[in-house]
Amino acid sequence: MILTTLTRRYHFSASHRLHTAALSETENARVFGKCNNPYGHGHDYELEVTLHGRVNADTGQIVPIERLDDYVRERVLDRFSNRYLNVDVWEFRNLVPTTENVLIVITRLLEQHWTERFGNDGPSLARIHVQETGRNGFELEIADFERNVDAEPERASVQSELHSRRFA
Amino acid sequence: MLITRRVEFSASHVCRVPSWSDDQNRATYGEAAHPHGHGHNYLVEVSVGGIPDPITGMIIDLKDLKQILEEEIVEPMDHRFLNYEVKPFDTVVPTAENVALEIWRRLNERLHGIPAYLHRVRLYETADLYVDVVGGRDAK
Repeated sequence: MILTTLTRRYHFSASHRLHTAALSETENARVFGKCNNPYGHGHDYELEVTLHGRVNADTGQIVPIERLDDYVRERVLDRFSNRYLNVDVWEFRNLVPTTENVLIVITRLLEQHWTERFGNDGPSLARIHVQETGRNGFELEIADFERNVDAEPERASVQSELHSRRFA
Repeated sequence: MLITRRVEFSASHVCRVPSWSDDQNRATYGEAAHPHGHGHNYLVEVSVGGIPDPITGMIIDLKDLKQILEEEIVEPMDHRFLNYEVKPFDTVVPTAENVALEIWRRLNERLHGIPAYLHRVRLYETADLYVDVVGGRDAK
């Protein structure tokens, strides 16, 4: 048995500020360091989307690439690209836009309408990877996603769990 | 334990199903359906799994692996038009998926009978698109 996956890489540039109302100014500065600077800062993010599925016998494809591109653009890139995540993307109004949380929000956005776009017997999401800088990236295996992440990432439990992992 | 070797080849291809209309091909493959083809610098990462030999410390002799990659990938595919010059792409559409699967089949055949096994073929068609074919020790 061999497994075939396809990975497509996308790019978006966005700014963010790591800051949470749950902590004092001093604690924010201590926990988030430079990332807490008041006016925010930006990154060129890379987003890798990995699918697995049958290679269609006629087309030789797991998915027509342009259909995947359209979906990722509609769901994520159009909303994230050249935006200040804390302000322009509502999911981050009450959620610190660490790369872990960016990854979780993107995964949810991609999962939400996946089946209606690609069908029940279409390809499925296997892995999402978000690279913040050349040295800093995070990924989720989708099989782990349901198990490890609460349905509502706004919940404080997810934030604190991620923060404790990051700063443990 | 895995060891990975990287190899490159440059080739042209066109993605079209001959029995389909231009519109249908265009809708499925986009610009890759332009009839006269176009090219890529393909990058292949081949991961071989196994246990280092207790005497040599090697999973596989890298000279042998290099030679196999040369014979199965570079020699037949480098600077070729895949659809016209490399079987089975006269009848199979050379999408990244199918090129990766073909490389998997060729390498898997060559690596049979040695202690190491083919774990993964990763084929980059561009820097932003790759396909993984992953199997285990008994993958066919």
